[in-house]
Amino acid sequence: MSELRKIYGLWRREVLRYWREKSRIISSLIMPLLWLLVFGSGMRGIELSGTQSYQTYIFPGIVAMTLLFTSVFSGISIIWDREFGFFKEIMVAPVSRTSIVIGKALGSGTSALIQGFILLPLSFLVGVHLSPLSFVMLIPTMILISIGLVCIGLLIASMITSMEGFNFIMSLVIMPMFFTSGALFPLTSAPAWLRDFSYINPLTYGVDTLRWATFSGTSPLLPVYVEFLILALFAIAMIAACSYTFNIKK
Amino acid sequence: MEPKFAIETRDLTKRYGDLTAVDKLNLTIDYGEVFGLLGPNGAGKTTIISMLCTIINPSSGSAIVNGFDILKQSAAVRRSIGIVFQDPSIDDRLTGRENLQLHACLYDLRAELAKKRIAEVLNLVGLEDRADSAMKTYSGGMRRRLELARGLLHHPRVLFLDEPTLGLDPQTREHLWTYIENLARTTEITIILTTHYMEEADRLCHRVAIIDYGKIKVIDTPTNLKTALKGDVITITTAHKEKLATRLIELRLNPQIDTSGDTIRLAVADAEKLIPRLIKIAAEIGVEVSSVSIHHPTLNDVFLHYTGRDIRTEEAESPFKKYMTMGRQAR
Repeated sequence: MSELRKIYGLWRREVLRYWREKSRIISSLIMPLLWLLVFGSGMRGIELSGTQSYQTYIFPGIVAMTLLFTSVFSGISIIWDREFGFFKEIMVAPVSRTSIVIGKALGSGTSALIQGFILLPLSFLVGVHLSPLSFVMLIPTMILISIGLVCIGLLIASMITSMEGFNFIMSLVIMPMFFTSGALFPLTSAPAWLRDFSYINPLTYGVDTLRWATFSGTSPLLPVYVEFLILALFAIAMIAACSYTFNIKK
Repeated sequence: MEPKFAIETRDLTKRYGDLTAVDKLNLTIDYGEVFGLLGPNGAGKTTIISMLCTIINPSSGSAIVNGFDILKQSAAVRRSIGIVFQDPSIDDRLTGRENLQLHACLYDLRAELAKKRIAEVLNLVGLEDRADSAMKTYSGGMRRRLELARGLLHHPRVLFLDEPTLGLDPQTREHLWTYIENLARTTEITIILTTHYMEEADRLCHRVAIIDYGKIKVIDTPTNLKTALKGDVITITTAHKEKLATRLIELRLNPQIDTSGDTIRLAVADAEKLIPRLIKIAAEIGVEVSSVSIHHPTLNDVFLHYTGRDIRTEEAESPFKKYMTMGRQAR
């Protein structure tokens, strides 16, 4: 049980830090709103195979995008901890490396979830009607997605030494993950090469599950429980990978 | 079984490529001792501490800290030690209390106990009033005190202080020394501190190891180290320098007389005992002495003696410099 208290401590720190930065919370909402209201409106004429408007269609994708950006950046932010010494306090404490990763992942997951929650009520703006059941289904999906993504950030942070490699990561990791995830267009009508990329992108299953939860009745790429399982396995695998990386001593 | 020593190292070695940062270190530190690792920057002090704290693994050799092997029982080592790092390691966005609360969680202190201990350590370093302010608003000295409080929070038996007063102003340093002295006097804690400030080692430590290029040059009490040098210097200023010097040489009082410059300098073993005689001799030949001064050897002289070079305090950088270049500097 003692590891739980340590995870709690690390989780609390992440959440406190997030909560203190109100400007970051607000600025990180601007991007999804631009996508929804500006990009979404501009693409209104696009014909989709259902009865949904494009704006409505991309809503779950934009939620996933918010999770993607918030989580990966939150993971990468461990660079600051390393730069300004706080990392040492954690590394010298009698805490297992797995607990450090889980604490960080849950903390960032919580911030991502808060971000998502602020976004969900805005769904009515684009014609989405969320049922209470949808809400219940969205929460665990959002948590699982952000845990895996935080760990991607942590792994990236272990490979780069400063924030200077940041643009590189943005264009090499984050944007490709976003564009191939099916957040902005249905993968069923995408060319085969693009679909291949999408299938190896874990975020694809996140977007798809979110979409399934948002509009009850849409048919997912794979059965939902399989997608959910993929997300869970991905999160566990990433936690294991991060713990392993953190364990390497100089 | 109660371990015999707080710390025992066996051929502890750390190599980085061709560079041997710590070279076959053998050292024992008793419980309750305040032990100083004294040496210039790059001597290997921080590397020694990092290995003892299980942050880095030795290349060869090992060490026992508080009865636990640093390689095989690192978790037990970590639980029993406290550390104040050379560089700041607090979270700036949190308050002082929140930093302590996090520490309490990491060391698995029960909530009620944590609350009590946090109040105690805040009181110890005199930060009760500022506990709920953000760390950003703390001065350099306050940060250091909070880090000291944090290092003590979980009742460690061994406390490591890596350059505890680096970059602090003299007044703050004095305060911190008082806290450390009180701690050593009133508790059973073993303190290992690294420093390159001679006066710090002199004032706080029971024993000092002089480290240079990863090796121990000498270990002893500060007093013994200084006495062993036999290096008191008496400087006499007088208008009749030649006359007095000639007389002193005639008397063969001391083989080492330096009359170059405006003064007479004598290298002696025990300056205090010799001065009355010198004044008497001067009076006998009618020479008026305008001033006499004594220089006792400092640890700096000891350091110079054992390493052949001076320890320069300017070498050190303020750890708080980092905050000023925040966001601009790559690692």
